[in-house]
Amino acid sequence: MKRRNVLAGIAAAFTAGCTKIGETEWFGGVVRTAEGMHRSAQRALGRPAMAPEFTRADVSPFFRGNGSTDVDTPEYRAAAAEGFAGWLLGVTGLVEHPLSLSLDALRALPQRTQITRHNCVEGWSAIAEWTGPQLASILHAAGVKPEAKYIVFHCADELKGARYYESVDMDDALHPQTIVAHLLNGQPLPVLNGAPLRLRVERQLGYKHAKYLTGIEAVASLAEVEGGKGGYWEDRVGYQWYAGI
Amino acid sequence: MKRHALITRLWHWINALSVIVLFLSGLNISNAHRHLYWGEAGYEPRDAWFHVMRFPGWMTIPDYYSLAGARDWHVVFTWIFAVSLLLFMIGSLASGHFRRDLATRWREWHPASIGADIANHLKFQFHSAGSKYNFLQKASYGLVIFVALPLMIVTGMGMSPGMDAAAPWLGELFGGRQSARSVHFLCAFALSVFFFVHVLLVLLSGPVGQMRDMITGGRDEAA
Repeated sequence: MKRRNVLAGIAAAFTAGCTKIGETEWFGGVVRTAEGMHRSAQRALGRPAMAPEFTRADVSPFFRGNGSTDVDTPEYRAAAAEGFAGWLLGVTGLVEHPLSLSLDALRALPQRTQITRHNCVEGWSAIAEWTGPQLASILHAAGVKPEAKYIVFHCADELKGARYYESVDMDDALHPQTIVAHLLNGQPLPVLNGAPLRLRVERQLGYKHAKYLTGIEAVASLAEVEGGKGGYWEDRVGYQWYAGI
Repeated sequence: MKRHALITRLWHWINALSVIVLFLSGLNISNAHRHLYWGEAGYEPRDAWFHVMRFPGWMTIPDYYSLAGARDWHVVFTWIFAVSLLLFMIGSLASGHFRRDLATRWREWHPASIGADIANHLKFQFHSAGSKYNFLQKASYGLVIFVALPLMIVTGMGMSPGMDAAAPWLGELFGGRQSARSVHFLCAFALSVFFFVHVLLVLLSGPVGQMRDMITGGRDEAA
């Protein structure tokens, strides 16, 4: 028993030391460098690499909802009651023509349907079919200015009193599989999964796939947006902004 | 001639640190979803083939539950781990270390020869005449260097959505992302078994000399 305590003591001292190092500014810089190296390496290996697509037979029987699974506001309740007929997706920021798109307008754009695997940062995965216009065609319609470097996604849902948001760089924003989905397995997106609109950015982990979308904003820098780290979880618990890893 | 070449010693310690950090931060990541599946998809614990224990804070990095913090350590040390393994492999192929010291000879695979080697281990006699390592050492080092460690890298990349887009065959090799995740977990535990046996055998075979030689290089008695 005593020997086991010694081993546990060594392990505890080591993990406590690592925890201290992990909280330093210096280590944060090292992490950002390593994260950038992963992104560059993955992008260099294949551009535009496509996430694997599956067949109807592979679709998971149920698509789990994680994070926000509802929006608890009277406005959202009212919108849901009328089938989101009045829901508008704003397109703002560094664009020539700011837009406000209804679901009908989004459905009128060319649609992409893809059966992909959702990869949660926690480790689980599920396969589903998503349908919606490509983000690239929405951005093209709005006329994104050349100085725009990132696309920010604003959401209706709140977690612990703060609005959810996410962001991607132009490489992922213009990727053919990056769509604003309004159908899940051929049915209108359920509330659980982000009704009426959610982002699909298939080469990154699930937390990047913002749900309950209300707006798309083109920006030159993420520093001035919310907490400055490019996303709800990035700001709060330090999730990696590049979630292709 | 040194008993251990400089590149072997450098890699040994860099690898030891990397594998320990990756393992302990991996235990924290495992705590986020403690169920293992086969195939591409898996999210319902009832479909899991294995339920993993919750690892206590004293054995995880950071020493409290933090998926983001643990992934930071993984993001950094995967580079150190993979690049140092690659350089060690290139260096050891070039220097003949693999061929000279790790490659097994046909006669070593004879059951009687393996039996004798096991018997010697049980008597705490670890030296083998004519070569640096005995058969069990060659077999276990070979499995670790050429199978288990590379599998950690390949299965890790097979789980990453960015790599999955760039090289979908990585995940398919194992039958899907969840299978790659299961193999990642199994290999990690196989490596932790190797770690404990390795440390135990060093302790039983003159730890001071072993540690000194793996740091300073020592003298090659066979030379």
